[in-house]
Amino acid sequence: MRDRFACVTAQLIDADPRIAIVLADISADRFVGTARRRPHRVINVGIREQALIGTAAGMSLAGLRPIVHSYAPFLVERPFEQLKLDLSHQNLGAVLVSIGASYDWPGGGYTHHGPGDVALLDTLEGWTVYVPGHPDEVELFLRAAATTDDRVYVRLSEQVNDAPHARSDGRFSVLRTGTGPTVLAVGPMLDRVLAATAGLDVTVLYAPTVRPFDAETLRVVLAEPAVVLVEPYLAGTSVARVAQALADVPHRVLALGVSPHTARIYGRIEDHDAAYGLDVAGLRSSIAGFATASPSLVRMVR
Amino acid sequence: MTATTVSTFTYDDLPALMSRMTGDDKHTSSATSTLDVLWVLYHHVLRVSPHLPDDPERDRFLLSKGHGPMAYYAVLAAHGFFPAAWLDGFARTGSPLGHHPDRTLIPGVEVASGSLGHGLPIGVGLALGLRAQRSPARTFVLVGDAELDEGSNHEAIVVAGARALDQLTVVVVDNSSSSLGWPGGLAARFAREGWAAEAVDGRDHEELIRALAAHHPDRPTAVIATVEPKE
Repeated sequence: MRDRFACVTAQLIDADPRIAIVLADISADRFVGTARRRPHRVINVGIREQALIGTAAGMSLAGLRPIVHSYAPFLVERPFEQLKLDLSHQNLGAVLVSIGASYDWPGGGYTHHGPGDVALLDTLEGWTVYVPGHPDEVELFLRAAATTDDRVYVRLSEQVNDAPHARSDGRFSVLRTGTGPTVLAVGPMLDRVLAATAGLDVTVLYAPTVRPFDAETLRVVLAEPAVVLVEPYLAGTSVARVAQALADVPHRVLALGVSPHTARIYGRIEDHDAAYGLDVAGLRSSIAGFATASPSLVRMVR
Repeated sequence: MTATTVSTFTYDDLPALMSRMTGDDKHTSSATSTLDVLWVLYHHVLRVSPHLPDDPERDRFLLSKGHGPMAYYAVLAAHGFFPAAWLDGFARTGSPLGHHPDRTLIPGVEVASGSLGHGLPIGVGLALGLRAQRSPARTFVLVGDAELDEGSNHEAIVVAGARALDQLTVVVVDNSSSSLGWPGGLAARFAREGWAAEAVDGRDHEELIRALAAHHPDRPTAVIATVEPKE
């Protein structure tokens, strides 16, 4: 995904005089050639993340379309007040593109993990959030974002699905239908959700565009009023969106995702997946258990 | 403003305009420290017009130090950006004029400010963006000496110096309100990063006009406008 991002962004900069990229050292090596050709639209501010966002806001104010890039925690968490004030409060647009995701560099530990990025952006108004699951979707979303003046966050990951399924209209894709719960797989979670739900009587939706949240498709496909969220970031981030979508329907929700503080285990990405129950076995166990809990059982527990 | 509009108010009217917001209270130093710099900018330096608020080639002025904006509002009203009658409703429900300016509510206001340390990084990006479009517009940012305590400004000062942003001018209104002070001086801080920096009397209009109008090839400009210490 990172390679596709760098390649497509370079093409956009060459093709459209509005497009600029603002960097804070991360990935700067990938834009050396573009910087030589377009020195005024490739800006590396060094390791200065407050200036990263402020500079992007100013470029937007000047009429450019800045793409802003760094590691997720340094792009969203460290300069969060700049996102709140320099972009949202000023009503200015930019395209933020992160790498690192929740734990894409397990050996880096919690300082380089960003499970809370989407939840933080949910405290602000009007952000479009893309969580692509395939390089083709990265390209689709980047090219779409380049044509608007909106505030957009594109969350790249090392974890990739085998095939793209994103729709260009931002709607969820229906990949499997059943009479039981609806499982919403966000971005890179899709392939393992399909594997984990093999043989289960569930509906599977694919959500690479999570904000705005496609409540309409969720309502249309819902068989049993039960939803499983499988998000590659902080567990429960989208629970409020499901509650809003189903406000008039008694329903159950199971929210699967990452814990607020990632495990102190280093190791491999797969080790973290297992630690949060986001591997195939963990997902199957959680989803199957949730699916077999009938409404009458739930009433008994209550 | 200089070339395109004639103010119906004079500098001497500003205290009365400010009193429409504050009553007969003595004006706070945070509001009055910027008064002369703002007047000189809008009356003599900036190429802006209330009749062409979206002119892409207009100069940009960013009030980064959003605290005590009464002088700013008085100067904007004096130059026709909005009716002086707006001043009477200052900070009341429904008024576009609050204790911190909002660019979406007030004609002529380029940036919403209040939380300190945001205007200069935005100004750097604005100057970079205008340069990328080969615009002749200049960008001016007003900060306070205490506001420079915020580290975000120092990120921006380095970037502007490294990118040789000669269309950017920062005016620091220095009323000695920084709690830990500036050993070695504010001008030295900017000069160290490659800026053309000088300190002037922040109440002397002729000095301010000369310093703010100055252009230094390949270097951003910092003007330290020294006024009486904050009480």
